Amino acid sequence: MPTLELLRVSASTPPAPGVRSLPVVTKLIDTSTCIGCKACEVACQEWNDLPPETTVQLGTYQTLPDMSANFWNLIKFREHDENGALQWLMRKDQCMHCAEPGCLVACPAPGAIVQYTNGIVDFQQDQCIGCGYCITGCPFDVPKIHTRTKRVYKCTLCVDRVAVGLQPACVKACPTSCLQFGTKEAMLDIAGTRVTQLKANGFPNAAIYDPPGVGGTSVVTVLVHGDRPELYGLPRDPSVPLAVRLWKGPLKWIGNLAMLGGVLGVFVHFVRFGRKDLEGTEATDLTNGATKPTKKTETT
Amino acid sequence: MHALSAISYVYLLLTGLAFWTPAFYWIAIVLGGGYLSRILHPWIGLVFTIAIGWMLVSWRSDMRTTADDRKWRRAMGHYMRNEDALVPPAGRFNFGQKQFFWLMVICGAALFVSGLVLWFTTSIPRELQAVRYLAVLIHAIAALATIGGIIIHIYMGVAVVPDGLHAILHGDVSEQWARHHHGLWAPQAPRIRTSSSHAERDGSVDLGR
Repeated sequence: MPTLELLRVSASTPPAPGVRSLPVVTKLIDTSTCIGCKACEVACQEWNDLPPETTVQLGTYQTLPDMSANFWNLIKFREHDENGALQWLMRKDQCMHCAEPGCLVACPAPGAIVQYTNGIVDFQQDQCIGCGYCITGCPFDVPKIHTRTKRVYKCTLCVDRVAVGLQPACVKACPTSCLQFGTKEAMLDIAGTRVTQLKANGFPNAAIYDPPGVGGTSVVTVLVHGDRPELYGLPRDPSVPLAVRLWKGPLKWIGNLAMLGGVLGVFVHFVRFGRKDLEGTEATDLTNGATKPTKKTETT
Repeated sequence: MHALSAISYVYLLLTGLAFWTPAFYWIAIVLGGGYLSRILHPWIGLVFTIAIGWMLVSWRSDMRTTADDRKWRRAMGHYMRNEDALVPPAGRFNFGQKQFFWLMVICGAALFVSGLVLWFTTSIPRELQAVRYLAVLIHAIAALATIGGIIIHIYMGVAVVPDGLHAILHGDVSEQWARHHHGLWAPQAPRIRTSSSHAERDGSVDLGR
């Protein structure tokens, strides 16, 4: 994505260089039409040319226990038993591309995490210092540290494809139109229609998951059990952690003022009182006959 | 020992400030880049922890608050206004030095424990996420507390107390100086044989300044 579309840059106080306004894009995930085929996982690996991860047998149809630095798109598979009826709940787990990204707020490295005017949150690994603060800042536990490079990786929402007018690779590969891509408005429209359909078809709790606690996300999910996002492994009301907001907000300013105050304080003290004067007592000491032999203290 | 803790603290302070606010990130660049600073910061943190632990072992008995310290504390205003004639004599460490010592020990322990959490953040299970949040806050608050202490500590040693810097660098003070600043300790302080004083000097100083 070009520089002119940078909306926010991590750990940078000057205004971000973005001057172009783009419509916010969104990926829609409809859990009710996901068949768990994992075409999206394969497409993601292929397009981003990521090294293969060895799959782990978990006793379900899930590929790996969790996303990794080399695996940014994971279908989370859960078996849910309700009133004797077994349900397979499948949800595509990936970066949610929050409008208020906790990772970007927590990041101390200038330019390592950026947000584009179209809503995509992207990591610039060359600027990443590998501190892992983004992992603490993320309410969805998305960023993963690479064991060799010690830098952090996650879904880019195929920023390179979107920049040239293509849809993300996973959407392209999805056979059931469970994944769709477009402007946020258009996706919320489709999601709304889908929720209405689901409600009319015996799923009264169907809902759109677009959590307002992080300003909404550029990955919107239609949940059949919209009243219980935890069933899908999603937090009920995610937000940038309070500790991270305190740390990067009030605490930073109070701390900076206190450090400045401390330095100014000792400066004022020096101007007002200056050095301690040994001369006054010297006369009396010297009259005691001390000839100032050097004395060594105990050394350790 | 003091030199080890001082050098490691300064490195931790500089790189820590770089991670603390973008306004100081340039320090990390000067010190070899953010990536290198991030790698070295925890290791130097271990060095600092060891130095503080060593201090704790060797100075603990001298750092207990005594009745003389309570007298000294009541006269602290005089000490700060440089009216030293009105300040009761102090032992090997005065009450202010003792307070600074315990500040560094307690904050050092807090920084060490929270630092370990930040170092191995991916080893903390998601269910214990609150531990990470706490660590982030504790690490920042404890570091700020030590910065407050260190500003006064360095200012006192370098600017206010004459020959303080000499004492740190060379490990010795004049008898008169000792009597003035540490009146209760001066009579028992070990003496350097005047003839070979230079030979016996070394850089590790035990004055606590």
